[in-house]
Formats: sequence, C-alpha cells, structure tokens
Amino acid sequence: MAPKRRAKLAVWKFASCDGCQLSLLDCEDALLAVAGAVEIANFPEASRAVVGGPYDISLVEGSITTPHDEERIHSIRRSSKILITIGACATSGGIQALRNFKNVQDFIPMVYAKPAYIQTLNKSTPITDHVFVDFQLRGCPINKYQLVEVLSAFLNGRKPATPSYGLCMECKQRGIVCVMVAQGTPCMGPVTQSGCGALCPAYSRGCYGCFGPKETTNTASLSAWWNQLGVSDPEIMRAFRSFNAWAEPFRKESEAHER
Amino acid sequence: MNAKSLKVDFLARVEGEGGFRVKVKDHLVTEAKLNIFEPPRFFEAFLRGRSFTEAPDITARICGICPVAYQMSACQAAEDAFGAKPTGAIRELRRLLYCGEWIESHALHIYLLQAPDFLGYEDAIQMAKDHPDAVQRGLRLKKTGNAIMTLLGGREIHPINVRVGGFYKVPAKSQLRTLEDDLEWARDAAVQTTRWVSTFTFPDFQRDYEFVALRHPDEYPLNEGRLVSNKGLDIPISEYEQHFAEEHLQHSNALHSALQERAAYFVGPLARYNLNFDKLSPLSQEAAKQSGLGRECRNPFQGILVRAVETVYACDEALRIISSYDPPDCPAIEVTPRAGTGHGCTEAPRGILYHKYSFDERGLILLAKIVPPTSQNLRIIEEDLTEYVSTRLHLPNDRLQWQCEQAVRNYDPCISCATHLLRVRIERE
Repeated sequence: MAPKRRAKLAVWKFASCDGCQLSLLDCEDALLAVAGAVEIANFPEASRAVVGGPYDISLVEGSITTPHDEERIHSIRRSSKILITIGACATSGGIQALRNFKNVQDFIPMVYAKPAYIQTLNKSTPITDHVFVDFQLRGCPINKYQLVEVLSAFLNGRKPATPSYGLCMECKQRGIVCVMVAQGTPCMGPVTQSGCGALCPAYSRGCYGCFGPKETTNTASLSAWWNQLGVSDPEIMRAFRSFNAWAEPFRKESEAHER
Repeated sequence: MNAKSLKVDFLARVEGEGGFRVKVKDHLVTEAKLNIFEPPRFFEAFLRGRSFTEAPDITARICGICPVAYQMSACQAAEDAFGAKPTGAIRELRRLLYCGEWIESHALHIYLLQAPDFLGYEDAIQMAKDHPDAVQRGLRLKKTGNAIMTLLGGREIHPINVRVGGFYKVPAKSQLRTLEDDLEWARDAAVQTTRWVSTFTFPDFQRDYEFVALRHPDEYPLNEGRLVSNKGLDIPISEYEQHFAEEHLQHSNALHSALQERAAYFVGPLARYNLNFDKLSPLSQEAAKQSGLGRECRNPFQGILVRAVETVYACDEALRIISSYDPPDCPAIEVTPRAGTGHGCTEAPRGILYHKYSFDERGLILLAKIVPPTSQNLRIIEEDLTEYVSTRLHLPNDRLQWQCEQAVRNYDPCISCATHLLRVRIERE
C-alpha cells in the first residue's frame, strides 16, 4: 500500500497581532511532531518556502479590514478544503473592531499624518462574515493545547473536543474560589466561553472575556450583578467592548450601557 | 546587465506582513523601500476614552511576540502620570517577566527565524533534519522563556497578571524556585548558542550607526533608564518627542521615525550592547568575548550573536532575581489617577518602545502615542539595503534577494508592531 499523503497545512494572516500563529511555534514540544504529521505548505512567519494550493487545512488569523483582504479571503477559501479560524480577531473582529462603533475616517488622522495614504474598510469583521468557516477556535490568544487538539481532530476526521460552556465551569473544575462572590471582583466568567483554564480568577482577577461569549449567555443579568457591585454603566460598556466587542451578545450588551 | 529590480512581495520569517523593493540603474541603487501592507489597526485612536487600567491589556494586543514590552511601557507611563513608582520585589518581578520575554523572543529569532539564513535552509523545520540537536536546544530555550511568562503572567502570549502598580497576584518564593533547574540548563544552552552562532559566516558589512538605547546606572536596561546614543544623546524619556519625529510615507502603513537633528538611528540588541556592555553580567561578557565579539559591534549581521549574548544575560539575571526574591507585602502599590501626562519607555526584545498618555482626572485616556521599535528601525533597514546591494550587484538575483532578506531579518522586524512591514523587490532598470 502506498504511504498516506501528508495533509498540506497553510497559515494565513489578516489584521492581527501574530500571537495566535505564534501559538503554533509555541508548541515547542509538539512542533516537530506537528511538522512531521503535516506538510507545512504556507507559513510565512516560519518559512520562506511556499507550496501552492490546494491545501487540506488552512488556519486563518486576523480580521478583514481592507478592500484587498476582503478579496484575498475568498481565494484562500477556494484553495482550502478545511478552513479554521484561530483567535478573537478572526472569529469576532478583534480589538480593532472598536472602530465599528465609531467613524473610522475620524480615527485615521489620529494616527496617521497623511490620511490619503491609508486604505481601510469602515468595519473590522470576522472571517465568517465573508466565507464559510469549518471551525472557529476562540481566544485572545488561542490556547495552544486546544490548537493541537483541533488540528489532530481534523487530521483524524473527528470532532474537536473544545467545550463551548462557560468559564465558570472551568473555574469550578479547577477548584478556584469565585472571585465575584467571595471578593466582590467584577468577573465576566459567567458569560464567557471556557478554554483558557480560568486564568484570571486563578490570579485573583476577574475574567475579561478573551474567549468571547459562551453559548446561551445572559449578559443583562451579569450587568445587573455588576451594577450591584458598584460598577458604572460606562465601565460595563467598556468591559463588553474589548477583544470580542463585535461578537453579537457582547456588542448588544455594550450598546445597552452606552449613553 | 545595467538595470535590474529585486523584489520580495512577501518577506518570510518576520512577524507581520510586508515586503521590500530595491531598484538598480546603471550599477547604482536608486531606491530601497520597505512596503508595509500589514493593515492599520488604529490603537492610538480607540485607546481614547479607555481607562488607564485597560491600557496594559489593550496595548499588549499590538504584538503577540512582545506583549510584555507593551504592558511594561503602558504601566510605566500611567505610573509616571500618577506619581506612583513600584520598587523592590514588584520591580524585580517585572524585570523577571521581561527576562522571560527576551529569552522566548531571542530564541525564536535566533533558532527559528534567522539561523536558517546562515545555514542555507528555508526554515527551521528543514534545518532540524540536519541540525536536530541545535533546533531542539532552541525550542527548549524558547520554552524556558515561556515558562517564566506562564508562571508569572498566567500565559506566554498576552499575560493576564500585569496591572498598573504591579501584579494581581505574586508568586511564592517556592513557586519561582521551580524555574531554577530549567533556567540553569537554559543559561548553559545560551552559552552554547553563542558558540554555535559564532561559527556562522557573517558578511563583512559595517556602517557608522547612531545607536539609541536606554541606559541605567546599575543594570543592563530593561524597564528603566535614560535615553542615550553613541553620538551624544542623553535625555530623560520625557523628552523623547523633542528629539525624535515620526514621518508618514506613502509606501508604508507604519510611521518611520527619525532623530530630528541627525536622521536615522538604530535600536535593538546591537544598540543596547554597544551602549551598555559594561552592565552585562560577567558570564555574558565572557560569552561575548569567547564568541569573538569586542565591546563594540557595528555589523548588523552579527545581531544574532548579540541576541545570543543577551539571552545568556537574561537567564543569568532571571536566576539572580529568583535567588534574592522575597514576596512583596502587596502584589501592587496603590495608584490614584489624576489629570496629567505620563511617559513610558522600556527595552522590548527589538529595541525601545515608547508610550505617552494624557489622562483626565478619572484616569481616562485623552491622548495616546505609541512608537514601537520596528518603526524606529525602518530607515536604517532601508539604508542598509541600499548600501548592501550597491556593493553586491555582481551576484545573481536569487542570491542577492536572499541576502537582502537576511539584511532585513537582522532587525527581527516586527511588522505587526510597526503598523500598529515587508515586500523585498530589487528592480534593475
């Protein structure tokens, strides 16, 4: 029998910080094993070598913010059997989606002296707004162990084990004392998807929502609790308006507290 | 052939998106340009109206490779504005966290991004087939840096434990001591790295650069110091804007920085080394000497060697901090916001990272300015390309192109940062 062909993996970048694709390189122990299991066909951050498509799996980092990128994502979709978005930018628009609540034309002169040189779209949007996405891996940044799990799941034709339940579940599993109940620290855990390992509560800090909204959120109830803890409406608005600001439940809740 | 153009549309093994183009006419380089097409993200605009407490976590997202640098400069700027100054163990823990980022980032650049150039491989994975021990050593070294960030920061990318005033939670001494065995291994591995890198062939290329780095009376610069250069600059960081200017060019979504009186300047490991050799630990000075480096080094291709020396230093320094650590009474000092302006400047792995914020009386940001190291190096990189290509026009295009890529990668450019970079084109007309 002929040896099984290695799957071709490509990594693509749009507007982002590079952190999620760095997670792949941060799998120090698994990196050479991953590199043995797949053919890394396009990964500019790590290699000069570029192998043309089609690709078996494309990992897409970053959000769509320029007219050129709006076109590019379609050609990537066409050349990819499976397209997986990695991280908050690709799955919800990222921190740069804060422009979506303002007029980006007002933003340009705050950063650049010659606005005419800058080409940008009015909104920063997730990849799913543009093309069909096979799987979305959450996080700002993603959890590298979840990345390895998702890759091995797709390589082996099974469903990835990445729970969509809330952070509270993970926090309880770790046996962490609830920071909101015990210390009165405002925490977004009740409305945020698990995946990081409940890091912030483990460090005596309230969750700040890196992994985006969990399934079936009750954001209004959380805001009411925060109000009782003395958190003001503008502060609640800002809390929902961060790395996953454009994810619908967070967007709507932030708008409910906007004056 | 009189006219020629070299171009690289998409420069690999750098963080972020860009390319470069070099135009040649009648055996003269007429233009060398870095094109930055990494999309603009407008951090300085959307920071307006956010609280000082949010600045460290939001600005960390400018760069997944050096989030700690952003967190440190943001904290320092807010603390400067509010008259707060963490000292003692909190200051030491920040330095330890920064050592973790230096080790991780330097190991990444040396082993995964730059060494393949010197040894003629497309990437580290190809290189691993012939040099498995070296690549394994690099990955383990990188992992040791990440271990510091994970323990102290919660995770290696966008750590969650940093706040203005200090930390949310500080480790017990016994927790920090769990890092010691790995760090002792890493320190030896870093010394081995200097020996390994010193066997590479470095192109003979030197220029009379103006190096700019922080300098501190007692330590190799990480979190604090005055801004100095080898050509007479010596200012407090609050005077940064009086001496440095950013320019917006058509071919780039990153702003280019310049010294107002003297133009291009060089930041990063080579600058720090040239300006602070005397502050390196004895072991790192010895490693530099053994690998053939003098007290001064003006060859940007040897930046990889200096990174290795700095990695020795960062391991050494991390071990020193851990052995003398006593947890602080409180994880953070009290910070009370007030209206005002604050400046922060720290040494990211790629060089100085400047933040300035103006706050209202509630600590909400009115104005933000962030100058990352890569945008400060863009002019120097373009000048290097011009001069480097001029003396090597006899080379075939593919070799010249690869060497140009190498000349750019010397700076470990972080394009994601610089746009808050790179197409190589060489065009011979």
